[in-house]
Amino acid sequence: MSLFVAENLSKSFGGVHAVDGVSFEVHKGEVFTIVGPNGAGKSTIFNLISRFYDVSTGRMLLDGEDITHIRPDEVIGHGIARTFQNIELFEHSTVLANLLVGRHSRRSANFLKNLFFLPSVRAEERAHRHAVEEVIDFLDLQAYRDKMIAGLPYGVRKVVEIGRALACGPQLLLLDEPASGLSVEETQDVAYWIEDMQKDMGLTILMVEHDMSLVAQVSNRVLALADGKPIAIGTPAEVQSDPRVIEAYLGMEDAA
Amino acid sequence: MEIAQLLLGGISVGCVYGLVALGFVLIYKATESVNFAQGDLMMLGAFVTLQFANTAYWGMPFWLGMLMAVIVMAVIGYLMEALVIRRLFGQPQFAVVILTIAIGFVLRFIAGFIWGHEPLTLETPFTGKNMTIGGLAVSLDEIFIIATTIVLTLVLYLFFARTKLGVAMQASSQNQLAAYYMGVPVKRIHGLVWALSGGISTIAGVLFAARGSIDPNLGLLGIKAFAAAVIGGFGSLPGALAGGLIVGIVEPFAGRYIAAGYSQIMPYAIMLLVLVLRPNGLFAQVQSKKV
Amino acid sequence: MRIHQKTSYDDDLNLFKDRYQAFWYLALIVGAVLLPFVIDSYYIGEVVLVLIWAIAGMGLMILAGHTGQASLGHAAFLACGAYMEAWLNNKGVSFLISFPLAGLFAGVVGAVIAIPALRMSGIYLAIATLAMGIVAEDVIVLAEPFTGGVSGTFVGAINLPGLEIDRYANPSAFYWLCLFVTILVAFAYANLLRSSTGRAFVAIRDSEVSAKAMGISIARFKTLAFFLSCFVTGLAGALMGHFLGAFNYEAFLITVSIQMLLMIVVGGMGSIHGAFFGAMVVGFLPQIITLIRQQVSTNAVAGLDTGIFAAILVAIIILEPRGLYGQWMKTRIWFELFPLARRDMFRRHKSYLKTERLK
Repeated sequence: MSLFVAENLSKSFGGVHAVDGVSFEVHKGEVFTIVGPNGAGKSTIFNLISRFYDVSTGRMLLDGEDITHIRPDEVIGHGIARTFQNIELFEHSTVLANLLVGRHSRRSANFLKNLFFLPSVRAEERAHRHAVEEVIDFLDLQAYRDKMIAGLPYGVRKVVEIGRALACGPQLLLLDEPASGLSVEETQDVAYWIEDMQKDMGLTILMVEHDMSLVAQVSNRVLALADGKPIAIGTPAEVQSDPRVIEAYLGMEDAA
Repeated sequence: MEIAQLLLGGISVGCVYGLVALGFVLIYKATESVNFAQGDLMMLGAFVTLQFANTAYWGMPFWLGMLMAVIVMAVIGYLMEALVIRRLFGQPQFAVVILTIAIGFVLRFIAGFIWGHEPLTLETPFTGKNMTIGGLAVSLDEIFIIATTIVLTLVLYLFFARTKLGVAMQASSQNQLAAYYMGVPVKRIHGLVWALSGGISTIAGVLFAARGSIDPNLGLLGIKAFAAAVIGGFGSLPGALAGGLIVGIVEPFAGRYIAAGYSQIMPYAIMLLVLVLRPNGLFAQVQSKKV
Repeated sequence: MRIHQKTSYDDDLNLFKDRYQAFWYLALIVGAVLLPFVIDSYYIGEVVLVLIWAIAGMGLMILAGHTGQASLGHAAFLACGAYMEAWLNNKGVSFLISFPLAGLFAGVVGAVIAIPALRMSGIYLAIATLAMGIVAEDVIVLAEPFTGGVSGTFVGAINLPGLEIDRYANPSAFYWLCLFVTILVAFAYANLLRSSTGRAFVAIRDSEVSAKAMGISIARFKTLAFFLSCFVTGLAGALMGHFLGAFNYEAFLITVSIQMLLMIVVGGMGSIHGAFFGAMVVGFLPQIITLIRQQVSTNAVAGLDTGIFAAILVAIIILEPRGLYGQWMKTRIWFELFPLARRDMFRRHKSYLKTERLK
């Protein structure tokens, strides 16, 4: 059963085809990873799903519903949350406040109720806090709860990013290079969390990642891209041994 | 003929706006900070020239006085960057905006303290001298303004295109970190850009003073130069001059053909229109962040 | 050093962190209410002005401090409130109706202006609002039937049911009215900040990209921020009108807008306290300068207030970007930790310029 379907997805920037006819299906409950050399169009696909970019041709379906033309701020309402490769947290807020923003799509009080902080707002805030505390417990962020993002080390910020995406209770989680810049130990933590998210929370995960050991450890299926085109799809082992994939990576090295 | 007359007046005022706008854009391009005190630098430059050149003060010959003022103002510009602005290096743009607004207030206060708040007149060799060319009444100061602007533009063009320093300034405006890695002394460059901008605004101040009196609130004219800079794209030096000319020309025509009250509004109305249609200026430098 | 043990989520939701803090704010309010019995009516007038600036400052703070949209033309909304209140008041409309309407008018104008402003950011927005502020001056003069043109307009006493408040006849009553509005606005503002709306504003300020990804409609919340900001500023304008009694466009010059922004920067960007600290500086500094100057010499120096204010501002921006409120917090923490505070505890990190040509 496919949760997310990309059909013949293309995106071109002034004649350059960043993504060129990519189709794939993400099954419910799997970890699906997109790999490929730099400039292969991985991040572009994420930005298409987040609706930061408009799709040139093709369409995207979530649970059979067409989400190709929804507004960027409606994406999360459909249960798709994402993280950013180059950390985009709210720098001058605490970790707690950052995670609470993740609950935005679940709010029900309007600003008039908020202005007077009616009892219903308080009840809602308690519920949000409860949900956020579960994320904090899951990711071991207790020590950083009231710390400003601006003063946190890189590794922790990376985790807060995942936490903020989790806080909204998504069904599909997009992880944009969750392990980039992390140490071996931190990467291992990320691997365990991904497994837990998949198995205990029943999340479906779509990931872009360079670290092949992490990819091999957690992914059910892998899609390899090169120059915006799909070149191989299958289990991590199949994709890693695919001659076209090897050529794409080696070709890059030749050029460099 | 009336149109030609209005046009001539507009062009000469537009040159002043254009030069002040040039000062903004220069600093913005090279350091990415926006100097809201540019108008006040122009005001101060005019007063310093007056201090050197007017007979009631030090009574130097006009050209020497102006040269001295340009040097003094360049030093002031450099020091402003080195002592104050540089300490905000790496802070958000907004902090620099507030800082330069405050510096503008301080400069206005200092000028008022030294030269008083009454309007003063700068003595120039061409004040009040007129001639008629083909039925068009041309005052010598208008010729002076236009000629100076053309010469200054050429000099700046050659500076940026041909000299090593000019190229380094352009490099640091494109990418500070990369320029630093390539051995461009970014901090010193910033200081020099401010010095250059201080010098240019002095010339603008003198050109403005050649047309009439000056007082410490002259700096508010800087806001009009802002309009010019935005219309011209805020990142382009020729654009700034073009914007200045547009503002300068539109003003008298709006006053003549619409209603007196509207000549004030027109430059801002055009600017708002430009901002609404092209939110980041006509020649946009702002791009969507890549994530 | 007090150590507060949090035992429920409500500890973070309450306005005050503990009873001790609640006590001090209550004491402050009681002290403020009793103030007219302590000081004479001239100084009450000065305090009223501080309160009005504090309300206006809170209005601008919502937009500039918490949503990150700097406005250099906010005096225009002060004018919206003042002229609307004067117009309704002269038509005999009760203050209970005219006052909210004055705010609403300013708020709606602000929301309309937000529509083009949505497309701009950073420096372009600052310049556009600056231009708007200048154009507003001319619009006030041109809209003569409504505003009285160059000569300006009068506003009568505040008519509440069974009560008339005139600034000069009963200064204490006017003071209490302003105090009540100030507290109400501060309360609503604090509520906003501890709920989803305030978090959305801050999110837009810090990263529009991820605010969008978190489901925050940038257009909707920026417009809301403009509306609320201008609404509150309009309320301040209405009170300002009553404070001045008679006014024309000169009360709302572009320099007033700039001063408002400088005020909240001095006070401390991004905090409600900052608006109050800034208002106190703007309100009391001229008094203090006059007192000192009278000791030194007899002749007045034109523009001394603004000059000194600006010099203080330069010093604050360089030394303490979080304004007076930031300094206040640091001093408090220093005492609370005494003698454990370290010198480099609040040291700022130096960094290379992050370009803002990307948004």
